[in-house]
Amino acid sequence: MLAEVGLHHFLFVGLALFCAGMFCVLTRRNAIGVLMGVELILNAANVNYIAFSRYSAGGYDGQVFSIFVIMLAAAEAAIGLAIVLAIYRRFHSIDVSDMQQLHW
Amino acid sequence: MTAVHDAHTAHEAVVHGTHLLRWIPLLPLIGATINFLGGRRIQASFGRFGVAALATLMPLLSFVLVMASFFQLTGLPVEERTLVDYVAPWIHIGSLNADIALQFDPLTAVMTIVITGIGSLIHIYSYGYMDEEPAAWRFFALLNLFMFAMLTLVLGDNLLIMFVGWEGVGLCSWALIGFWFSEEANAKAGNKAFIVNRIGDFGFLLGLFLLFWTLDGHGQSTIVFRELATAAGALEGETLWGLSVATLVTLFFFVGATGKSAQIPLYVWLPDAMAGPTPVSALIHAATMVTAGVYMIARMNFLFTMAPITLEVVAYIGAATALFAATIGLAQNDIKKVLAYSTVSQLGYMFMAMGVGAYAAGVFHLMTHAFFKACLFLGSGSVIHAMHHEQDMRNMGGLRKYMPRTFWTFLIATIAIAGVPGTAGFFSKDEILWKAYLHHPALWAAGFAGAGMTAFYMFRLVFMTFFGECRADEHTREHLHESSGWMTWPLIILAAGSILSGYIGIPPALGGSNPFEHFLEPVLGGHGHGGVHGHHDLMLEYTYMAMSVGIATTGIFLAYLMYNRRLINPDWFSRAGGGALYKLIYNKYYIDEIYYGTFLNGTIGLARMLSWFDRTIVDGIVNGLASITLVVSYINGRIDHYVVDGLVNFIANFTGWFGGVMRRFQTGSINAYLYGIVVVVTAVLFASTW
Repeated sequence: MLAEVGLHHFLFVGLALFCAGMFCVLTRRNAIGVLMGVELILNAANVNYIAFSRYSAGGYDGQVFSIFVIMLAAAEAAIGLAIVLAIYRRFHSIDVSDMQQLHW
Repeated sequence: MTAVHDAHTAHEAVVHGTHLLRWIPLLPLIGATINFLGGRRIQASFGRFGVAALATLMPLLSFVLVMASFFQLTGLPVEERTLVDYVAPWIHIGSLNADIALQFDPLTAVMTIVITGIGSLIHIYSYGYMDEEPAAWRFFALLNLFMFAMLTLVLGDNLLIMFVGWEGVGLCSWALIGFWFSEEANAKAGNKAFIVNRIGDFGFLLGLFLLFWTLDGHGQSTIVFRELATAAGALEGETLWGLSVATLVTLFFFVGATGKSAQIPLYVWLPDAMAGPTPVSALIHAATMVTAGVYMIARMNFLFTMAPITLEVVAYIGAATALFAATIGLAQNDIKKVLAYSTVSQLGYMFMAMGVGAYAAGVFHLMTHAFFKACLFLGSGSVIHAMHHEQDMRNMGGLRKYMPRTFWTFLIATIAIAGVPGTAGFFSKDEILWKAYLHHPALWAAGFAGAGMTAFYMFRLVFMTFFGECRADEHTREHLHESSGWMTWPLIILAAGSILSGYIGIPPALGGSNPFEHFLEPVLGGHGHGGVHGHHDLMLEYTYMAMSVGIATTGIFLAYLMYNRRLINPDWFSRAGGGALYKLIYNKYYIDEIYYGTFLNGTIGLARMLSWFDRTIVDGIVNGLASITLVVSYINGRIDHYVVDGLVNFIANFTGWFGGVMRRFQTGSINAYLYGIVVVVTAVLFASTW
């Protein structure tokens, strides 16, 4: 029997998104892929905010936070892509496993 | 002129203020300063005459001032005859009040007339004598400085000012004796004079301290002579170490006097002082400086009168010195050495007079002696000058023909010192002998024998120098000449003084009234008569006078027979007793050697001992401390190195090692970091829910 869509469904979608994003971040060797993974993780968090905002008496706080997260994601994407560009200029590659100069 | 009532004295002694006195010592000081600072340049541009003229002018001006003060003094009533020049306040500490102030009373008058008068003559003479001296400016500057010091000594109205002059003459004496310091003997003679004088000065200081200390205890603290005369009464009955304080104080002062005035046991410097230029010998060692001790006792006669024991000591030391030095004089061959011992001997007479309380007689002899001894020294200087600095009488002889003026003046002074009737020496010496006889015949006997010897050795000197064949070598004889007028005129004036100065002190026994003694009475008082004034036997006095004339004549006659007629061979005397006696006298009783063996070697030995102590004990302690410090700092260094540095290095090494371990975690691989983050966050989450 089909139950009514509830909080848990949304949380499972968020979890799925987070896991996909985390998998993407951990496995991608392309820097842009990593950034995309991060976006997925942030959106997983957005889904959770919205869901909690809808199903609990928190008012619009969750929705406001999700707006902030979208802004943050935009900024993160801008800065992250700029860094990726700079790295590409320097190393002619955006493979993160190539970039090990920051170690000891 | 203002009459100042001195509030401190009980008798309300009247003194007269003046501002003239300060210039008496100041003028020679100015002369000395100019010649010290610019004398070299003056001599370069105006010659020796420039410096000499400047240096002579100053004491001459002082002499004029002295005479002016003298006549001012004689114009005053007898009991008011004290001029005081208060120059400036000086030392005021606690109850000690010493001001720069000068006083001029009859005793000072006599001293200053002698000092500036004879001093000026000697300055004039020096111009003739130092005619080949390149450093004449230094000589004249020192002479002037000496005049300043001596005048300060006699003009000072308190003991401290007197002490300044007292030290000053010592200093100048040192500088002038060692004037030709390029010869070591001269420099050593200067040092000897200075050191021996310092021993005496120490006594002077002790006396000064003890006197002030005791008087201070009685609330009578003063060192001004005028006030001391009354304040000294407080010493009556005071004792210290079982002796009366008055005796101790005066004994200390007498020690000072023996140093300055060359009495036993501190006379040894005077004969050596002959190393200086002859005018110096005349000025310092005959006429002025050596009389400082006599002056000091006369100045403090009130104190010495309170101490009969000291007076006995003074009298017997004086008599012993008079006799002792005369015997040494018998056998000396150096013309200046004879005169030096004669000076010591004559000073002995003065002390004998002081000791028997005949202060006026002592001062009288001081004055007459200044005339004839200055004349004798300057005469000998004239001879030495003509003989090209030959001083041994055995190489002289027959100089009468070559230098008649020197001869005649020298002869007159010799007659005076021998005590031939009618000369100054006769009046003054005879008065002392008579006063000594009244005190104790033993004193008279010593003085009597000394007088005979004086006549003998002085005429021995005259005969050996001026009579007989000339024993000088050809070269010297060719250049023999009478000295210039610069030298002979002072001699003539002094020779006149040797005769005439006696006539101001003719004793009543010879029909005089002794105006000299009466002039000094306000200072030296009635006790100047030795308490025997009046009822003495005139016949006895004449007898003793005749006896002293007799011994003087005998001495002269003996010298005539031995050294002129050669009827008695002097060797007969020198060989008597196997020659030991002659050798003893000739070598001055070996006193210098004895002093050298005892005091000098003692001091040197002590110095060596102290130096050994310094080097081994004191240095040893210091070096030991240094070694201990070295060891301690070595240990300290090791501790620093191993413990403190070790800890610091350990922390640094550990940090380095730990960093080395930890850096392995920073791989630079972004994937690895991300895995790390995920693992840790997951772990934390699990841990927090668990």
